[in-house]
Amino acid sequence: MEPVLKIENLKTSFMTSNGEVQAVRGVSFSVEKGEILGIVGESGSGKSVTSMSILQLLADTARIKDGRILFDGEDLTKVSKKKMREIRGEKISMIFQDPMSSLNPLITAGKQVEEMIKEHHPNKSKAELKQEVLELFEKVRIPEPEKRYRSYPHEFSGGMRQRVMIAMALANKPELLIADEPTTALDVTIQDQILRQLRELEKEYGTSIIFITHDLGVVAELCDRVVVMYGGLVMEEALIEDIFEKPSHPYTMGLLASIPDLEQDKSEKLMPIAGSPPDMTNPPKGCPFAPRCPYARNICAQELPEFVEVGDRHKSRCFLLYEEAPADENNPFRK
Amino acid sequence: MSNQNILEVKNLTKHFKVGHRQIVHAVDDVSFTIPRGKTLGIVGESGCGKSSCARTVIRMYDPTKGQIILDGVDITNLKQKELKPYRKKMQMIFQDPYASLNARMTVRDIIAEPLLAHKIVKKKEDANEFVYPMLERVGLTKEHANRYAHEFSGGQRQRVGIARALILHPELIICDEPISALDVSIQAQVINLLKEFQEEKGGAYLFIAHDLSMVRYVSDEVGVMYLGQMVELCEADEIYRSPLHPYTRGLLGSIPIANPKLAKAKEKSSIKGDIPSPINPPDGCRFHTRCPYAKPECAKVAPQMKDVGGGHMVACHLY
Repeated sequence: MEPVLKIENLKTSFMTSNGEVQAVRGVSFSVEKGEILGIVGESGSGKSVTSMSILQLLADTARIKDGRILFDGEDLTKVSKKKMREIRGEKISMIFQDPMSSLNPLITAGKQVEEMIKEHHPNKSKAELKQEVLELFEKVRIPEPEKRYRSYPHEFSGGMRQRVMIAMALANKPELLIADEPTTALDVTIQDQILRQLRELEKEYGTSIIFITHDLGVVAELCDRVVVMYGGLVMEEALIEDIFEKPSHPYTMGLLASIPDLEQDKSEKLMPIAGSPPDMTNPPKGCPFAPRCPYARNICAQELPEFVEVGDRHKSRCFLLYEEAPADENNPFRK
Repeated sequence: MSNQNILEVKNLTKHFKVGHRQIVHAVDDVSFTIPRGKTLGIVGESGCGKSSCARTVIRMYDPTKGQIILDGVDITNLKQKELKPYRKKMQMIFQDPYASLNARMTVRDIIAEPLLAHKIVKKKEDANEFVYPMLERVGLTKEHANRYAHEFSGGQRQRVGIARALILHPELIICDEPISALDVSIQAQVINLLKEFQEEKGGAYLFIAHDLSMVRYVSDEVGVMYLGQMVELCEADEIYRSPLHPYTRGLLGSIPIANPKLAKAKEKSSIKGDIPSPINPPDGCRFHTRCPYAKPECAKVAPQMKDVGGGHMVACHLY
């Protein structure tokens, strides 16, 4: 299938007074039409910087140093600012973690969503615009759309604000929606409502979604495929069932072992990943996970393993998966 | 040491006055007990009163009504000065390790402060013999003692917060969302640490969180709060195996399950609507506005907590 978005070897850095922070160090993946792709990673893994690079919404201190972001036959790293403004909100849109700071407190919710449509369709009449907004509000299940159209952001609850954001993001029926931790600040019952909503909208509009999160449970509920990031690199990529059933990277395995499930034996210890994530001003020379990896060998600290195929649409970056890796007790993949 | 329960909370109520004659019913008539060395988990959505409840128990807030009995002593109405000897018995671990550590104090001073405040040591210098082993116990080193909080990662900061809370060997530790601000791989480190301490020293925990699977994992008993009230309270596994209150069921149904096969087979019902304002909580059962099983009676009469067998407490007209 033709991918909607294709990222090739993306490298994004921040220039700070402490030196260059290599936030993204060569990331490649693609998103297919109508697919929900999860990007999982801890803080500092580079997942949000990747999404901001796609939208060209990086801070002034950031530079895209290498790589291509192919969308609609164009490389987004090369298009003009004006062209990018046309793409954003029309073909690619985004929802963020904190809906309060993404909405203008001085403008009513209805007007803000209207703005979004008007920006890209300046010829629509006032009545048309309002009608469309009311339909959108209904679609994302905002109760009493007429009344809510005239409400200001502070009059909404967190979950309702996120619905306004989703309405805004979907206003122009984008081909790609990037959702960066959109439910992290919400309660579980509200999160559940929003996830169901996203799934319905994906089915109805055929919009592809990149869903960024640190919560493996959310990924399991929502996504078709998942990319696991660590230290600015993609460590593993697989279909959703495979990542949970046959995780093929020690980091993914560690993540899965560190969350208790509801059947967990309470006398059993959780298996945390030792240590803390790497400092990206001075990333490790070899595999970024090597300092915390229980299976690390000498080579892991020296060289970066290739991202190799390990199964159907399943890739991973680990020396222990190599043909020539020793099949001993301390190799979880080739015991 | 004869009291079996380290903490007994009876009909605890905390109202806040806001604006013009408005009252936030943060905690309303909540009762529970925590036996020595055990863990009570409290779960609920934001605004349900779980943090207010914890802060009232530790007397950061003055209770409006009710009783707090710590180790057999009623501390409900003690003045702050009279309270001091009892503070040694209960300590708190906060959610935000960035905001709860003084940026101008070294880690040594932060951990030594409770020792000085309770006159266990007279001089800062004498505190080292307590501080160093504690640092190592929480997975930091002696070398960390002279550093400031901003030099640490979130997980390390939380370890400092835990060291400060545990240095007095309290018998009750109140954990208010201790892992919510941490990365997944770090959460398990902190939880293991808390569990190890309990096994070694036998302290009791009041563990507040919204991560339901973590709460089940650490708790002996679990209480579910909704809009300031306790709606269900029972043994931890029981509440997950056979939840009774419609709210508990909805809450459990909303937890994302880290297993794609189970996730897809999951019930398709979720709790509708938002949590109402605690300023004007609904009459009758406070959950009736969102409850799929609500009867006319639910809007009028507030259900009382009752034992439906084997210590399983629930406040619902269905039972």
